[in-house]
Amino acid sequence: MRRTGIDRPLLLAVAALILPGIATLYSAGQTDFPTIAAGIWQRQIIWIAIGVVGAAVIFRVPYRLLEWLTPFLYVASVALLLATLVVGTGAGTAAGTKSWIAIAGVRLGQPAELAKLATILMLARHLASRRHQPRSAFELLPSGIIVGIPLLLVGLQPDLGSALVFLGIFFSMLFWVGVSPWLLLLAASPIISLILAFSTGLWGAWIVLITVLLLWLRPYILEALVMWGMNVLMGVVALRLWMGLASYQQNRILSFLNPEIDPRATGWNVIQAKVAIGSGGLLGKGFLEGTQKRLAFLPSQHTDFVYPVLAEEFGFLGVVVSLFLFAMFFFVLIRVARHAVDTFSCVVVAGIAGLMLTHVVVNVGMSVRLMPVTGIPLPFYSYGGSFMVICLLCIGLTLRVAWDSRLGGYLEG
Amino acid sequence: MNWNHPHSLSRRAFSASVFVGGVFLVLGGAFFRLQVLGSDQYAVQSRNNRLRPVVLPAPRGIIVDRNRVVLATNVPSYTISLMALNETAFLATLDSITKYTSLDSVMRAAVLRRYERSPDDPVLVMRDAPFEMVATLEERKSSFPGLIVQTEPKRHYPHGDIVSHLLGYVGEVSEEELASRRFVGARMGSLVGRGGLEGQYDSRLRGLDGERLVVVDALGRTIKDEGGEQLAPQQGDTLRATLDFGLQRYVAGLFPKFGERGAVIAMDPRSGEILAMYSAPTYDPNEFIGGVDPDLWSEWLASESTPLLNRAVQGLYPPASPWKLALALMALERGDATLDGKMPIQCTGGYQYFSRYFRCWKSSGHGDLTLAEAIEQSCDVYFYQLGLKVGLGNMLLEGGRIGFAGRTGIDLPGEVAPIFPATTAYFDSLYGSRGWTNAVTLNLAIGQGENSQTLISMMRFYSLLARDDGRAPTPMLVVQEETSSEFPLVASPENVAKLRSPLEMVVARGTAVRSRIANLHIAGKTGTAQNPHGLDHGWFIGFAPAEAPEVVVGAIVEFGEHGSSIARMVTQIIARHLLGPDADLGRPVTWVLPSDSVPASAVVEPDSALQRVRR
Repeated sequence: MRRTGIDRPLLLAVAALILPGIATLYSAGQTDFPTIAAGIWQRQIIWIAIGVVGAAVIFRVPYRLLEWLTPFLYVASVALLLATLVVGTGAGTAAGTKSWIAIAGVRLGQPAELAKLATILMLARHLASRRHQPRSAFELLPSGIIVGIPLLLVGLQPDLGSALVFLGIFFSMLFWVGVSPWLLLLAASPIISLILAFSTGLWGAWIVLITVLLLWLRPYILEALVMWGMNVLMGVVALRLWMGLASYQQNRILSFLNPEIDPRATGWNVIQAKVAIGSGGLLGKGFLEGTQKRLAFLPSQHTDFVYPVLAEEFGFLGVVVSLFLFAMFFFVLIRVARHAVDTFSCVVVAGIAGLMLTHVVVNVGMSVRLMPVTGIPLPFYSYGGSFMVICLLCIGLTLRVAWDSRLGGYLEG
Repeated sequence: MNWNHPHSLSRRAFSASVFVGGVFLVLGGAFFRLQVLGSDQYAVQSRNNRLRPVVLPAPRGIIVDRNRVVLATNVPSYTISLMALNETAFLATLDSITKYTSLDSVMRAAVLRRYERSPDDPVLVMRDAPFEMVATLEERKSSFPGLIVQTEPKRHYPHGDIVSHLLGYVGEVSEEELASRRFVGARMGSLVGRGGLEGQYDSRLRGLDGERLVVVDALGRTIKDEGGEQLAPQQGDTLRATLDFGLQRYVAGLFPKFGERGAVIAMDPRSGEILAMYSAPTYDPNEFIGGVDPDLWSEWLASESTPLLNRAVQGLYPPASPWKLALALMALERGDATLDGKMPIQCTGGYQYFSRYFRCWKSSGHGDLTLAEAIEQSCDVYFYQLGLKVGLGNMLLEGGRIGFAGRTGIDLPGEVAPIFPATTAYFDSLYGSRGWTNAVTLNLAIGQGENSQTLISMMRFYSLLARDDGRAPTPMLVVQEETSSEFPLVASPENVAKLRSPLEMVVARGTAVRSRIANLHIAGKTGTAQNPHGLDHGWFIGFAPAEAPEVVVGAIVEFGEHGSSIARMVTQIIARHLLGPDADLGRPVTWVLPSDSVPASAVVEPDSALQRVRR
């Protein structure tokens, strides 16, 4: 095996995802009555080209410089998110939200995507600069703030899906730096408490469990009290938070629980996606031949629900192959992270893996009703300029890490 | 140990890989469940998603006359329907096509009602759309999601106004009718028969609707037809009416010369088959196809001449002089009179009954008459006495038995039952038990009073007179396959035969030109019914040839004043039927018949001891 050079398995894995991604996007545009998705694949190729150039540039940037630049990038992206809240516009399927930055009517991009990368870098910088991994809830606090600020701003847009992605980044990076799983559970407990608050019985059981856990782990008294208090508080404010959600968000959650409530409106997406996937069968209906997609039954078939297009046309076999390729991609990312020459780049790659994994799991999961419909894109498949460029920048960063580790001879075997 | 120590890292890398592997296994498992285990169910759902059944309406059966002249048929027309995913999409398309269609607010409201009733099926927007409109819509089809244009058979009546009352028309089935399952196999938007033969024989005429599957997209836009017709519609049975359209048309042409309102029936007494049935004024049933114009509809409903009324089976008239034959038959049957029997009091222009004086139509009087002569001259005084002799109770009983109290059972919907009291209790409830006298008997005896008959009911009676067997035929418009040919026996054949010659004399005496109609012997009876609202109604019912009757023709003309003028029309109709369309009647036939205008009904006054009816 060569000790220097580009990490070929990673390049291969990415290529094996991008090419079927374009093909699926092309197919998504082939409907009996033309939709806006008809020529979208060509624009996606342009975005890929921009992303590849960006990746090539970022590949040249030394990590020391990147680490130095990180705080500026983070502050800038938070500022952009703030600006988005003020002057942001909606677009396409999410016309009611403020997630785009536009100048003179030209939409430049979604700052939330940039913020994801900036948050990864910022959190990595913070974690890598410490001697130890965080060992208590208080030591988790700075990490929580770093992720919490963009999460809150994105959540206010409101973009529930992207907010979810920040949580994925947060937990995957903390896991990677060796934070105890119990502590992670404790950190996640207010969120779990929030979700369980809808059933009084379950929530009560959860509070008992968290109390026992706190007694057993024996953190600082103040810390324990704060954690416990937050759990209780979440349960109390859950109803008020629910009322504060936009009605389409409420409907999405309700229809996740039971899509048959209103099969013609809210539950429509989920039901039609399931029908598309299920009717694909073992071998699929054939490339370009998906009837659910052709006849416009499948909603957002070029963005959120691009994966059911693949599932309908290539069947279970196509799904297995593409999921396998995704898994390989993540295994490569884990390998690169493990062999990174310094702590910063090591944590960055872990964050990138967390980002990608959250996207894949939430996007694919919602099409088979394992996740609520949150509308976040599937890496390398869904159409979306900002996200595609960010993904490819992430690949550029990862390739640089791999390059450094090979060059540094830090590689085993 | 530092968190980034290789051992520590590789342990977590392993955990992470296991986690990733687990996540993808769960995802793969979810797809396995949907795509492999559930694929059959979802394949069906996907199919149902895109394939929508569109109903292909069956063409209604054709209606022809006895000579196979087409009376009701179908012509192709365009129907515009809409199918939509949800109400917003439906309204959007409806709005966008409104510009190209002539939908007014009333029609639009009707479309929305239909949509609310069955939102998942194609919703009818417009029947019988003009070709230009259809062409315009088809050109812009892709901008009207859910639009369905298809050709459908449309009912057409080539001779609409001549046979309107007989045929009825077709109209959309109502929600109540669907709920009550009155029309088997009808669905929302089905056309069903209304009135006439269309209504009576709807189940035979309607046929079986077919079904076609079309591929539609999520917005309801039709992409293509899936393999042509899936289930071809079956046309309804052809109905052959007993009607002779040539005769019917002749009647329709002739009637306006004699009056504006009234009815004519020609019937074969041997079989009960209706050869012609005409009611004036008439209407064009084609106006009902595709929805009747509301203005026209309200005009029809408001009109004093009630064009929608089939006067042949729905008009009630005092039977007047033609009724005298009924009383004569009752008397013969009961043995209360013989053909040459006379009455104690001869006609001097009136009849003194206790304190009241009942007039004869001929104020100079008829003198001493036999029953045969009384029939021939329609003498009221004779029949007053005959009525009293038979008695009120017996008259009611016998009248009911002969069939004057019930419907004839003709195969037309909406036949009206005559008004004929069943017992004297009727008068008690009408006037109070002591509020009436035997005057009602005298009124009834000459076909006035509490007796209103339909033309078809009188036709059945005269068909009985025209037959040799004493049976009253049931009138029919379509030959029934499984009906027994045995009509009810209502009188003895001998008594019926006795009445035939005086009837023939009615016509024979009055005519000077009878021989010119190729030796045609016509028997008949005129009548003039008292009409408190204006001019009298004129009757004539006749049959020919008198020796072996083949046809009975009856006519009632409202405000026709004299039965004698109507006799001329009936004679011409009979001649047209028996001698054919080219028969030479020579000079215009003029009848000189007794103008036997029946005296006005006597006012019914409270009972007095002298006049009390024995009950």
